[in-house]
Amino acid sequence: MELFLHQIFSGLATGAIYAAVALAVVMIFLAIDHFNFAQGEMAMFSTFICWALIDAGVPYWLAFVLTIAIAFAGGVVIERVLFRPLHSAPVLSHIIAFLGLFFILNNAAGWIWDFTIKPMASPFPAGSFGGLISYHQVGMIAVVLLMLALLFLFFRFTSVGLAMRAAAQNPDSARLCGIPVGWMIALGWGMASAIGAVGGILIAPVVFLEPNMMLGILLYGFAAAIVGGITNPAGAVAGGFLVGVMENLIGTYVPFVGSELKLTVALVLIIGVLMVKPSGLFGRTTVTRV
Amino acid sequence: MNRRTAIALLTAAGLSLPAAAVAAGKYDPGASDTEIKIGNTNPYSGPASAYGQIGKTIAAYFNKVNDEGGINGRKITFLSLDDGYSPPKTKEQYRRLVESDKVLLMFQSLGTPPNSAVHAYMNREKVPQLFVATGATKWGDPQNFPWTMGWQPNYQTEGRIYAAYIKKNLPNAKIAILFQNDDYGKDYLQGMKDGLGSLASKMIVAEESYEVTEPTVDSQIIKLKASGADVFFNVTTPKFAAQAIRKIAELGWKPTHFLNNVSNSVGSVMNPAGPENGIGVISTFYTKDPTDPQWKDDAAYKKWSAFMDKYYADGDKKSTFTVYGYTAAQTMVQVLQQCGDDLTRANVMKQAANLKDLQLDMLLPGIKINTGPKDFFPIEQMQLAKFNGKGWDLFGEIISGEASGS
Amino acid sequence: MAAETRVAAAAIEPERRIAGLTAGGWRNAAAAAAVTVAVVLPWTVGSFEVFQLTLVLIYGIAILGLNVLTGFNGQFSLGHSAFFAIGAYTAAILIERYGVSSYLTLPAAGAFGFAAGFLFGFPALRLSGLYLALATFALSVATPQLLKYTHFEHFTGGVQGINLLKDSAPFDLPLSTDQWWYYVTLAVTLLSMWMARNLVQSRTGRAIMAIRDNPIAAATMGVNTALYKTLTFGVSALLTAVAGALSAIVVEFVAPDSFTFLLSVYFLIGLVIGGVGWIPGAVIGGAFVLYVPNLAEGISTGLAGVLFGVIILLVIYLMPTGAAGLIRLAVTQIRRRLE
Repeated sequence: MELFLHQIFSGLATGAIYAAVALAVVMIFLAIDHFNFAQGEMAMFSTFICWALIDAGVPYWLAFVLTIAIAFAGGVVIERVLFRPLHSAPVLSHIIAFLGLFFILNNAAGWIWDFTIKPMASPFPAGSFGGLISYHQVGMIAVVLLMLALLFLFFRFTSVGLAMRAAAQNPDSARLCGIPVGWMIALGWGMASAIGAVGGILIAPVVFLEPNMMLGILLYGFAAAIVGGITNPAGAVAGGFLVGVMENLIGTYVPFVGSELKLTVALVLIIGVLMVKPSGLFGRTTVTRV
Repeated sequence: MNRRTAIALLTAAGLSLPAAAVAAGKYDPGASDTEIKIGNTNPYSGPASAYGQIGKTIAAYFNKVNDEGGINGRKITFLSLDDGYSPPKTKEQYRRLVESDKVLLMFQSLGTPPNSAVHAYMNREKVPQLFVATGATKWGDPQNFPWTMGWQPNYQTEGRIYAAYIKKNLPNAKIAILFQNDDYGKDYLQGMKDGLGSLASKMIVAEESYEVTEPTVDSQIIKLKASGADVFFNVTTPKFAAQAIRKIAELGWKPTHFLNNVSNSVGSVMNPAGPENGIGVISTFYTKDPTDPQWKDDAAYKKWSAFMDKYYADGDKKSTFTVYGYTAAQTMVQVLQQCGDDLTRANVMKQAANLKDLQLDMLLPGIKINTGPKDFFPIEQMQLAKFNGKGWDLFGEIISGEASGS
Repeated sequence: MAAETRVAAAAIEPERRIAGLTAGGWRNAAAAAAVTVAVVLPWTVGSFEVFQLTLVLIYGIAILGLNVLTGFNGQFSLGHSAFFAIGAYTAAILIERYGVSSYLTLPAAGAFGFAAGFLFGFPALRLSGLYLALATFALSVATPQLLKYTHFEHFTGGVQGINLLKDSAPFDLPLSTDQWWYYVTLAVTLLSMWMARNLVQSRTGRAIMAIRDNPIAAATMGVNTALYKTLTFGVSALLTAVAGALSAIVVEFVAPDSFTFLLSVYFLIGLVIGGVGWIPGAVIGGAFVLYVPNLAEGISTGLAGVLFGVIILLVIYLMPTGAAGLIRLAVTQIRRRLE
């Protein structure tokens, strides 16, 4: 029983990591209808910026806020400079562009800050709840849920949020309504980048900061987003927790999988859900006109 | 021709002979009167890029050697290429360096899979594959692979050292092991099992592996604790070692904790994990940890520190990888110096197999490098140490791994 | 499309000739020239360069496989490293554990590749566009882990991998081992390109391309989309697996770390560089992914990745249709000048 409980809580903790990334993935998808394969690297790079600020003596919360702002601006700039010209290009060009961004960010981070692990400060006190889950991990879950709530409010109750949803779903009609579609997309990128940065800043204290920390997490983040529903931020967060817990339980209790095939589990999850219910557990099925 | 011309010619020939004899070095491709070309591959990109520091430290050290006059008047040209830890790329870079750039030898390439990819090739081409940067046991096999030699104490030896300690001091131990799911992790696992011998199946109650792509090893630690083990063998790379140490403390589990040599740096692992969490952890050493306060005033440490400041200023002085690279480079320099003017590949291997009680200053006091025609394991000694919250207290004798059947 | 208009035009006017040759004639001449260069090349460069050229061709075959799937059938794959690995391990296991001749492993690898691709084609039917890219991305990330799985270790050699030794040239031909295998690979490349061209120009090919261009219209016209999509997956995987087998033999080593996600990325990049939907582009793409990272490293070891990323971004902006587009542009310009 103790083992079971521990694995659940540990799963929730890792699940929070996946949920944070999944949230950023969904955010981008809602804005541009594409998966950004460089999402993880953007989050990692932002986290390094935060670390560098703290290392230079900036107090934690100031560094945090500054980093979010820089990440937001960075996301907007990347969209305007790199992706706007590709606006009408085929999907393949977009994928290649994401991959190019991946290489650039990963290598740049390694070159600037090298590859040794760096401990990242946590805003939460050290210690844990009876050894089950640390204060930091609980804090992370809280922050993810908070971000989710803010996003929900943004999309549901603000006019900008509405405009962004309109621009993503039907750019032409949106334009006719006077919505600056291009800037809505840029806004979406900025928000996704900022969410990713928050995720990275919270993840780094757990996994330790280094340039290669995000690839495995990104895959699980994608899995979480798919499982939960790629169009539904709440679904993505739920998906993240689900994937985290399931990964732990399957790794613990299913004999031949053990810890050796965890990535394969993610693979099977992604394919399985996509086949049975492509819109995910909580997503809305979109019907397209032929 | 007439007599005068003949005499002139003979005299000229006679006069030129001594000149030729003076410049007499015996050279294989890559060596000359002025230059020694050394090739290397290191992962400067990809998931293993943390190890790329080793290649950079070596390059910096060779710069220092060149600044100080080179080796027997010859400058070292160090050609180090990225292989991204990908064996096919390693093969390509090796063939480039050997066939196109024509280096004299390959030195300190990193990783078991990359080195495995070129193992047969180097022995076929009869080019030295020297002092490979991996602890796998298969590099010390002069009978079948006379052109390949390892350098560091191999992982199996280390595993056996821990096993011997456990058998002697904790005979009723129940052992749990966490290992990285690759050659390095499995080699340590094998060493521990070999060292425990017939007791292995009884004493090892749990084994868990992890991939480098996983975010944390928390789930594995939880599982291992649940096995009821009271001894924990931690075969992980720095990032995961720190996570493991921290999680074990969080869970309130207090096993006797053996930590593998790759991840025992105070600065890169013990401090990030929370120094109080690591008190009592046991590991082995053969080099001096630059972040351990006990070496602060040590002359060798100061010399190394000055070298880093001058030649590799953005290197990480907290990482043991830089000490590793420094000491390995010194070993290479020693071999080349012993070669004198005979810079043939055969002589390089001969001198590499002829290191007697070589003491290098960043090795622990008492640890010496020894090789022979049948002994292709340069460093076989290690010393146990226990972490005290600030640094490592060395204890016991210097243990030699020779007895462990190389 | 172009074929139809050419046929129609010919019915009205005689085919245009430039400098004595028709467009088709020029194309054949260019192909003949390229093949001649390819055949002569190994004699003009050193052994290492021949090895590299062989690798270029191997990547070309793999990229051709991807082109069949993505370029002609519109199904994305970021997972072709898995099929490459299947081919490589098939060859390595057959040669090392069962003593099979290297040459026979090529069709064997192709068969296994086809089976794997065909099977993966089924779940792929329900996925499209980016979802398929994601599923294949997951496949290539999971592949090294599967290859290391302890229960398969007995076959795969686990993390240690498998060492091979390539056969030297048979019948005492005056060729070095490197040259011999270059020619074997060249033959396989030409054969694959010929096969691909025949496939594309056949009825099946038209069905495949119709599915890419407008799946719903194709289905309405009676094309069995499911069958063709899975078949295409199979053929695509077959080609990439054969390339994998050749790589195992030529590099003489296989290990799980040889087949990471990065390899899939390189295949995709090579595809776009060479030109989606253009068969000869595969070799150009292969050359790009072999030489350009080396070039980037030569310029700056520390920033090689950044340089590489920047280069591919530039290509996407300036040459989105890849080498194919560039050549098409050049041909149009030349034509205009000559008229």
